[in-house]
Amino acid sequence: MVALSRKGTQNGLPYQRINQMALLQIAEPGLSAAPHQHRLAVGIDLGTTNSLVATVRNGVSTVLNDAHGRALLPSVVRYAEEGSVQVGEDAQALQSQDPHNTIVSVKRFMGRGLKDVGDVSNLPYRFVDAPGMLQLRTAVGVKSPVEVSAEILKVLRERAELSLGGELVGAVITVPAYFDDAQRQATKDAAKLAGINVLRLLNEPTAAAIAYGLDNAAEGVYAVYDLGGGTFDVSILRLSKGVFEVLATNGDSALGGDDFDHRVYCWLLEKNELSALSAQDIRTLLTHARAGKELLSEHSETKITAVLSGGELIDNTLTRDEFHVMSQNLVQRTVQALRRALRDAKLTAQEVKGVVMVGGATRMPHIQQAVGDFFGQNPLNNLDPDKVVALGAAIQANVLAGNRSSDDWLLLDVIPLSLGIETMGGLVEKIIPRNSTIPSARAQEFTTYKDGQTAMSIHVVQGERELVSDCRSLAKFELRGIPAMVAGSAHIRVTFQVDADGLLSVSAREAVSGTEANIVVKPSYGLSDEEITRMLQESTQHARDDMLARALREQQTEAGQLLEAVENALQQDGDALLDAATQVRIRSSMDALRAVLTGSEHQAIKRAVEALNLATTDFAQRRMDKSVKHALAGHKLSELEG
Amino acid sequence: MSISLTENAAKHVRNFLAKRGKGVGLRVGVRTSGCSGMAYKLEFADAVDCEDLQFTSNGVVVLVDQQSLPYIDGMELDYTREGLNEGFKFNNPNVKDSCGCGESFKV
Repeated sequence: MVALSRKGTQNGLPYQRINQMALLQIAEPGLSAAPHQHRLAVGIDLGTTNSLVATVRNGVSTVLNDAHGRALLPSVVRYAEEGSVQVGEDAQALQSQDPHNTIVSVKRFMGRGLKDVGDVSNLPYRFVDAPGMLQLRTAVGVKSPVEVSAEILKVLRERAELSLGGELVGAVITVPAYFDDAQRQATKDAAKLAGINVLRLLNEPTAAAIAYGLDNAAEGVYAVYDLGGGTFDVSILRLSKGVFEVLATNGDSALGGDDFDHRVYCWLLEKNELSALSAQDIRTLLTHARAGKELLSEHSETKITAVLSGGELIDNTLTRDEFHVMSQNLVQRTVQALRRALRDAKLTAQEVKGVVMVGGATRMPHIQQAVGDFFGQNPLNNLDPDKVVALGAAIQANVLAGNRSSDDWLLLDVIPLSLGIETMGGLVEKIIPRNSTIPSARAQEFTTYKDGQTAMSIHVVQGERELVSDCRSLAKFELRGIPAMVAGSAHIRVTFQVDADGLLSVSAREAVSGTEANIVVKPSYGLSDEEITRMLQESTQHARDDMLARALREQQTEAGQLLEAVENALQQDGDALLDAATQVRIRSSMDALRAVLTGSEHQAIKRAVEALNLATTDFAQRRMDKSVKHALAGHKLSELEG
Repeated sequence: MSISLTENAAKHVRNFLAKRGKGVGLRVGVRTSGCSGMAYKLEFADAVDCEDLQFTSNGVVVLVDQQSLPYIDGMELDYTREGLNEGFKFNNPNVKDSCGCGESFKV
């Protein structure tokens, strides 16, 4: 089988690189590029349904069209038997004909395992479960979602390089705010595979806010309502000191413009008493349903006419009011998600300063109306809602590529959940708190728990809870070769670093020996938006329980350490320094502590620890005297003073 | 002495300036760099320098510094589309030789 070379094609159309006289763009004052050194940078909206590429030209953010003048590239990839790859409209056209090899909505699989995706029984793909990320069996072999996404990105890159007349310096690629490390890493890997240098991954709602220039607007809370083809996301952002912080995300991964088409489609079936249609007729009716829906955004009624394969003529008139009634509960579902997002962010609708509309489906007047009513203000909608995310990403890319003067600050993102490590007793020590701006690096010193301990296990966790068991485990690694020392005297510096894309690397270094270990965190399984929301909610709900649990674990850890120290001391010096009665007294205090140690009464443990401390005060004093004497033995006083 | 813009180029510049929200006009010039000696400079202008020569063509103010003018005097700026790419084209009567890409030139 010979794979056809796709280099030099866009959407299957051959092109020729024209040896052209350079076309120049207007630069900002003082920032004209030297010849052949244009810092061409683009923003890419890698969407579930459609993808776009945009750039800033002549100071204006513009979406780049393909040779047919189309801005939207359907996020559909088809692997044909003979080895060729089709992307976009061409692939979409063959979707019903070749469903196994035509991958749609691959974004849903990025960085996800089979069990993360949930019910796959109604998807036409042949899944292969692989550790970390699922894979898809196609006519040309097993493909990972990363490879499929890379095909989409390659087409966008070719389109951009043709449109800009040169090679790209890099791109800003947008991802949903709730994407976790695994999903972000998968997106970066796809870009790399497509030969794109990722300047930064940017949250989609943040990109939309930038497109509207909200990064230069007054500080405050903004909401982004994103109703795409098949997904709905709402994000609550807070802008302060030029940083967008994601306060809350919510949504429905199975709600989008397609559901509205489906309502019209069902209405057509009912009106015409149709049933058991062929796949082709279903597609025909759905296409007409969608066209009708789109017309109703501009007109108060529309005629839907179609001819089915059996010759039946469909000819119905749908009014806007009828359409609104049949789809009202879909709109209500989005409003409920808005309510939940605000509740998570602990805000009221009145506290929201501005609302940004994203996604083609937000053109529907009853959606504009419902969102406007909910927030008590008109949403921002003067930019094309299909393009707004790409436009914002392009603006950010332009800044990062250095095409803006240096007084323009760089926009930052924040870490959605705290990052920390496990300490003794299964407790979490947070090293980078949530909502820290990225990139970010923080270090903290830890020490050994036992005498002569030469290795330390470092367990990296993510979450807001106090106990490791309630947080998400990201990675584990070991620092070995710590010189044997008394417990508590080693200095182990653990450094957490989160790069501009939100990816974490952790290193640990022992100060005396310089021994070092590190890990780049690429978690094999991702967190969904629901999980992040749940984890955040639980952390507030369980704040008091967690505090008590922490107190208990700390007390237990301290008690364990004390018991061990006393035991060692008794074995070394017990008979030499203590009479039998005292030894018995200390032993019984130890037993008393052991008896309450595994209970859940942290006060009882505390009392028993105090009792044992008291019982051993005299013993500790004697041991100290003994070791001082031992140290001084054989030395003259003058030597010590000298 | 003049620098001019075609009506199409002027329309685009007016549009870009309006969207940018500030700027007094277009700055055109040359500098010594590039593979063939000189390179064009094309920027938004936020202020007029005392050394600037000022032309108005099709409603657009064009600023040129005095050193640059001899290299580009009589030049016409056009806005064209070539394939998917679009941008400004410099029709400069002073050019004797340019590099393959046309980004830099000799007079």
